[in-house]
Amino acid sequence: MFFWSLVLIAVGIFSSFIYGRSRIKLNSKKQGTKSKSLPTYYAQYVLMWCLFPALIVYFSWAIFQEKIIQNIVISNFEFIEGAVYNQGLLLAEIRNVANNPSFADGKSIEIINAASHYSSLRQISQISFYTSIIIIMLLGALYASQKLKPEFHAQHTIERYIQYILIFCSSVAIFTTIGIVFSLIFESLRFFAEVSIFEFLFSTEWYPFIPIREGQTAAEGSFGAVPIFAGTFLVMVVAMCVAVPLGLLTAIYLAEYASQRVRKTVKPLLEILAGIPTIVYGFFAFVSVAPFVKAFGQSIGIDASPTSALAAGMVMGVMIIPFISSLSDDVINSVPQSLREASLGIGANKAETIKKVILPAALPGIVGAFLLAISRAIGETMIVVVAAGTAPNLTGNPFENVTTVTVQIVVALIGDQEFDNPRTLSAFALGLVLFVITLFLNIIALQIVKRYRERYE
Amino acid sequence: MNNSVAKEKIVSLRKKRSLEDMRFKYYGFTAMCLSLAVLVFLLYTIFSKGYTAFQKTIVLLEVDYNQEVLKLTPDSSDEEMEKGKFFRVKKQAVENFFPDLSKSDIKLVKKLFSINVDNEIKDYFLDNPEVINTKQQIWVTAHSDVDQLLKGNSRRDVPEDRRKLNDIQLSYVDQLVEENRVKQVFNNFFFTKADSRHPEIAGVAGSFMGSLFTLFTVFILSFPIAIGASVYLEEFAPKNRITELIEVNISNLAAVPSIVFGLLGLGVLLNVFGLPRSTPLVGGSVLALMTLPTIIIACRASLKAVPPSIKEGALAVGATKTQAVFHHVVPLALPGTLTGTIIGLAQALGETAPLIMIGMIAFIPNIPTGLTEPSAALPVQIYLWVESAERGFQEKSAAAIMVILIFLFMMNAIAVFLRNRFERKW
Repeated sequence: MFFWSLVLIAVGIFSSFIYGRSRIKLNSKKQGTKSKSLPTYYAQYVLMWCLFPALIVYFSWAIFQEKIIQNIVISNFEFIEGAVYNQGLLLAEIRNVANNPSFADGKSIEIINAASHYSSLRQISQISFYTSIIIIMLLGALYASQKLKPEFHAQHTIERYIQYILIFCSSVAIFTTIGIVFSLIFESLRFFAEVSIFEFLFSTEWYPFIPIREGQTAAEGSFGAVPIFAGTFLVMVVAMCVAVPLGLLTAIYLAEYASQRVRKTVKPLLEILAGIPTIVYGFFAFVSVAPFVKAFGQSIGIDASPTSALAAGMVMGVMIIPFISSLSDDVINSVPQSLREASLGIGANKAETIKKVILPAALPGIVGAFLLAISRAIGETMIVVVAAGTAPNLTGNPFENVTTVTVQIVVALIGDQEFDNPRTLSAFALGLVLFVITLFLNIIALQIVKRYRERYE
Repeated sequence: MNNSVAKEKIVSLRKKRSLEDMRFKYYGFTAMCLSLAVLVFLLYTIFSKGYTAFQKTIVLLEVDYNQEVLKLTPDSSDEEMEKGKFFRVKKQAVENFFPDLSKSDIKLVKKLFSINVDNEIKDYFLDNPEVINTKQQIWVTAHSDVDQLLKGNSRRDVPEDRRKLNDIQLSYVDQLVEENRVKQVFNNFFFTKADSRHPEIAGVAGSFMGSLFTLFTVFILSFPIAIGASVYLEEFAPKNRITELIEVNISNLAAVPSIVFGLLGLGVLLNVFGLPRSTPLVGGSVLALMTLPTIIIACRASLKAVPPSIKEGALAVGATKTQAVFHHVVPLALPGTLTGTIIGLAQALGETAPLIMIGMIAFIPNIPTGLTEPSAALPVQIYLWVESAERGFQEKSAAAIMVILIFLFMMNAIAVFLRNRFERKW
């Protein structure tokens, strides 16, 4: 349905363009004056008045049609007294019967009635959709054609419209942020209405209770997120222990020691490492690193679980190496050459120059890079989903199974999503915590890096 | 202190210092080599685990297309043939697979074959209807357990109760190998079929199409919006607080974890707007919002690279600012913006977590044909297969990773090509 309406809109705007063009030529000929703008601007003017109203109709239909129809069908549904209905299942059943008449066998009469009601409403909706698109396009063109006079400054108007479109495009980023913040806060408030915020932040028991039958209340579950935060922290620390030395030393080597040729080959290779999807790292952790960690743990007498914080953290560290090395590389390169030369000039060798002059000078920038890397590590999902565990565990032992914020979000939202129980809603509360922490780290890091840049520029 | 002692001290100190210098250099070198070694090891792991998935095991089966058993006649119509009793033919063929099988043995033999064998027997017949009332030797797909055993992925020296195939079945397989009734061929199913519960007939076609549709949505949404936003910010925006707010916003959005975008999709696109779950449309919208900052940053860089003299030239001959920008600056920046978009798309292709949030993790056994049909995506498919307990899926996940890496490699190659071919140095 929506494909053909797109075709309809395309035809509409094409003909409106042609119409606007010929109409203005005709009008200016009639009046014997030259139009203020080129004919194509008048054509564009008509086109815009055709296109945008049509798009608004199109999208509002796409978004609201199904919901409105469902509401009407449900409100007209002949409920039998005493029977218990699940609205979602009922709707699915009605839709199935409506889309596929062969499913009607054995269904109760009120469902069949509702299904025919549903399909008739859909038909009405479709017809009115096409008519309203055609009408709105005609109205738009009619309004615009009133203005097709030679003395009308079409170009100015068009340029103003283009400005509006561009402003809209730029504000998508703001809408996105608002959308994120509101959806997180809204659902989190629903969660905190049932679970106290202090329990969530400070209690150490995480047993999200899943109500199996109706009537079981969720208050019996306990939502103390401390073990989850601790697990996230542990994995992050392991990751940083791998990534910081490797990434920083690689950056130092590339920036200070390596020849041009080595730099030119190694940097793209590191970019490959950065471009590999995280699920691939997850596979790697699961298939190669986790068994290795388990065997290693056994060989030194520690009972390691098959999925451990160490395995997930190590692989996550590898993922972050290119991130740290490229950021640090930039930072080290922006340390002024004069500092290097001064240090070498008074007789320090290269290592001493790096350790005593360049690194201290670059320190703020490097710290900024580390903070960005930490925020990356905390928000990383697929590696830990595959290679760390799902059971909360308050431990400092990296050989044990831990869980992280991101894993719990995924676990809470896989499968049935009933938005009336705190288990599902807990994902949004965890998401809010994740969002706030990463945003905070990011803002600090960007500030540090910015101030650092200003110092040397 | 006399002179020679001092000199000796200086010499030894210098030696120590230069040793330290060398050591530091080698630390750096080792770190770099270690990072690269991990990359090599990662690629090696994927290749060594995955290359076997491109082959499947097939078994020679003698099928008797008896018309009585099939309940068909030589002049049955096509429609009747569709409804032929092929499962009975298959049953008979399995019963006679080895001479003198007891009832319990037949059960064991049956488990050597894929669930898809019925279809293969049927397809062979539909292609060659003249074989009715003859006995045909057909190569049919073996069960994943047999496949994994012959590929050496599952071991035969573990105790019987921890093996998929018991001792009798092992002896059957050995007999087949001895009689040359089993061989390995190219696994066309992997590229032509969607996901399945049975590893031997699971493929990436469904999730590949899902990923293509998702990327298409991402492109349609993010490319125009990113160009609009970057043109505005680079060329038109007044220097004020709102512009600054937008810029800060974009750089912060770039660092928001992808899973949070998934929550956005779930909370807003699915729950508020009621868009259909598990579809490329929603997945693509979420990924478009996620990759938008990346693409905007790349687009702005390429707009910035166009020298101001071009715009000024246009302004000087009387073009308005809008004309100067859209007729002269944007076309010159287009290759750069395309490159940035492709890199953003590559990022979107590998993203898994947001797609899980919006339900693209559902089991979809058929190949999607549109934007609003439930479908899987390649990275999610990999996740599903990695998590699966069935052994046969592990090689599939590695092979799917190879597919996605090749896809990524091609996208990056296109980006590099565009950059080298069309980007002008000023």
